[in-house]
Amino acid sequence: MRIELVPRTEPKAWARALAPVAALLVSFAIAGLVIWGMGRSPVAAFQVYIADPLMDPWSLREIAMKATPLIIIAIGLSYCFRANLWNIGAEGQFIVGAIFGSWLALATHGTDAGMWVLPAMLILAMIGGALYGAIPAFLRVRFGVNEILTSLFLVYVAQLLLDYLVRGRWRDPMGFNFPQSVVFDTAATLPAIAGMGRVHIGVIIALVAVVVTMIVLGRTLFGYRLRVSGDAPRAARFAGFSQARTIITVFCISGGLAGLAGIIEVSGVLRQLQPSISPGYGFTAIIVAFLGRLNPIGILVAGFIMALILIGGENAQIMLRLPFDLALAFQGLVLLCVLSADALVSNRLRIVRARA
Amino acid sequence: MPVPSSDTKAAPQNTAAQGEKLVSLKGITKQYGNLVANDAIDFAIAPGEVHALLGENGAGKSTLVKILYGVIEPSAGEIFWEGKRVEINSPVDARKHGIGMVFQHFSLFDEMTVAENVAVALTDLSFNEVRKRLKQVSEGYGLPLDPDRRVWTLSAGERQRIEIVRCLLQNPKLIVLDEPTSVLTPQESEGLFKTLEQLAGEGRAILYISHKLEEVRRLCRDATILRGGKVVATLDPRESSAREIAALMVGAEVGDVARKPKARGSDEVLQVQGLSMPARSIHERPLQNVDIGVAAGEIVGIAGIAGNGQSELFAAISGERLADEPGSVVIDGVAVGLKGIDSRRKLGGAFVPEERLGHAAVPGHGLGDNTVLSHHAIGGMVQSGFIAFDKARQLAARVVGDFDVRTPGADALARKLSGGNLQKFVVGREIVRAPKLLVVDQPTWGVDAGAARVIRQALIDLAAGGAAVLVISQDLDELFSIADRMAVIHEGHVSPIRPTGEWTREAVGLEMMGVAPHDAH
Repeated sequence: MRIELVPRTEPKAWARALAPVAALLVSFAIAGLVIWGMGRSPVAAFQVYIADPLMDPWSLREIAMKATPLIIIAIGLSYCFRANLWNIGAEGQFIVGAIFGSWLALATHGTDAGMWVLPAMLILAMIGGALYGAIPAFLRVRFGVNEILTSLFLVYVAQLLLDYLVRGRWRDPMGFNFPQSVVFDTAATLPAIAGMGRVHIGVIIALVAVVVTMIVLGRTLFGYRLRVSGDAPRAARFAGFSQARTIITVFCISGGLAGLAGIIEVSGVLRQLQPSISPGYGFTAIIVAFLGRLNPIGILVAGFIMALILIGGENAQIMLRLPFDLALAFQGLVLLCVLSADALVSNRLRIVRARA
Repeated sequence: MPVPSSDTKAAPQNTAAQGEKLVSLKGITKQYGNLVANDAIDFAIAPGEVHALLGENGAGKSTLVKILYGVIEPSAGEIFWEGKRVEINSPVDARKHGIGMVFQHFSLFDEMTVAENVAVALTDLSFNEVRKRLKQVSEGYGLPLDPDRRVWTLSAGERQRIEIVRCLLQNPKLIVLDEPTSVLTPQESEGLFKTLEQLAGEGRAILYISHKLEEVRRLCRDATILRGGKVVATLDPRESSAREIAALMVGAEVGDVARKPKARGSDEVLQVQGLSMPARSIHERPLQNVDIGVAAGEIVGIAGIAGNGQSELFAAISGERLADEPGSVVIDGVAVGLKGIDSRRKLGGAFVPEERLGHAAVPGHGLGDNTVLSHHAIGGMVQSGFIAFDKARQLAARVVGDFDVRTPGADALARKLSGGNLQKFVVGREIVRAPKLLVVDQPTWGVDAGAARVIRQALIDLAAGGAAVLVISQDLDELFSIADRMAVIHEGHVSPIRPTGEWTREAVGLEMMGVAPHDAH
């Protein structure tokens, strides 16, 4: 006996729309079984993971803050993924963006530099992320090197660069030898939204990115170009779209947005550089992009769901003594279920019994 | 492998007894929602019989063949193999029974070599054994193949040879061929027919699917004609005229294309001058010193065997690949050798590549989106970077109406259209903008008789309206019926262009083989 995937001739539109929901439900169910196997109540876990954070205003604000970098990065990744290009290095572009932006924050530290510092930091971060993203794109275009590998490897280079800086020349001289930079001045800090506690205006930047991307991907020739390049590269050549230019452009956009997310996280939440500034946002954003079907609104929703899982994981760690790794495992489970659901929408399972 | 002698040119020896059918289909029905692709089809073949299956694209031939080969499960009906009822659940089952299949759309792994592709289907033989037999069979049947070349470097014609050889290596009792000659020269086709006759003489049954009536009449004594999923006739194609058979297939009399002879204009719209292009990989054809001139109002045809540089020539003229010299390609008086396809479109150029799906159209996009592909650069459809999708859909609807494109919906996905209808769409999409120059690569490849006629008439009408038309085609009948002047491409070199009336089939055939008597550089 074996199991085969048989392509469906006519995948249902409603099935395609409901697939992510079904995937979430199935991953909840599996996670529930695991928690039950660990001797805890799945109902209590669900309460702590999902229900409580949604009821509590403080948790809701934390979710919005965690969702912000995820959404901005995933939006950038959707440009790449739509064009069938695989940028796996958003984590590195996030870090390099943060380094570029923070350079200005540190350079103006203690001076009376005014309002211009923060916008300049955001722009520098985007430039940094875009340049870092352009490296795998250039290698792909010029030498045909696989962009999945180069973009991934460059993550480790970026992490080590950051580590070197905060332990070396950017270390706060008054910081008791802790590997961290000085705390940013107010002029270099992302302001909070009035009445929303710690929630900074990065949330608004994320929403802007969503809306702009909706328009760009849906209505413009550029968005059309990405879809054609991703779905039929030869047709893209027929349409006069240069593949090299598409590759460089989407990697710069995607890297630029990851870099922007990096500086937003540093100047809005951490307010200083540390050896580690990201709990893997650049990788989690890949899940967010796919859970959201590479659709900007979908990504917005998916970003909140993944942030909810992260916050819920922290709560579960405290209240149920469940390891935080479970939240990460849960994230992986969600991606697996989403991809499986997609496969089942366009294929059906057929069990073939061995013939006598 | 015995080589067929030349005196087997006559009819296959179809002497099998009627009672002993190799395979019989009874009441085969396949439904997709409301669409009935096959409607209670009865059909049988005896050993040694060469049986033609005729029908337009969308008539249900492919569905029937896929059911026979275990790719599709029928909704109803029974299959009998050598008198016993069988269920064919997969191609593996089909091959176990002794059914071999040569699909029209190749099922090959591009990244693998010829020998590896063949070995995939023959798991019980060692790889070296496969390689050896592959070479023997391909040489024995006049289907030359290099076992170590990777499939992506091969032309459509060469890929089809792999499919045929792969099928023959399995020593089948029934061989199904779907449009096997669409990429072969007359000489190659003749060689294939002899092979098929030889195979039939060995007692193998052959199910032959084709749009080319002449070759069906050459090869088959029995033909089943499908229309709208039903069997409309079973007849001896030699006792009916091509016109009668075509009428049964399309359900209405098919007229010939209408054209008037005319004098050649002197204003050249397309000039290709001394165009040479190196091959970018060892498997590409270099173009060598190509000269082509096409004047307003004429159709120039380029004949040739698949893989002799047609794709490279199309890429060079369309601007998908740039030349080294600006003057190598001149459109409407402007040297465009270094300019891309969009600049050439702006000068009035329009282009239709060979592959419908994936090159001329994006399979998963609607017809409206697919018009943007070749229209975004030429005005009206894109304003300050924004696409006017309503205009795109209107234009698509106009093409659908003007060119009789039968689609499941006005903005249907390109891959939902049958081959003939999609081809009408991609040709029509270029013609509606009234181009000064149209370059078409294989305009009617694998297209049914009705669609081919619509497309050829459209090309003739376009030229009559004053446009220059360049048609690259492997279909000699097509070029003889529509081209004012013709040349032959062989190994990247294009012969001098001469008026069609001065060419004979033999002369074209010799040029195609590269053995023309005159000095061709």
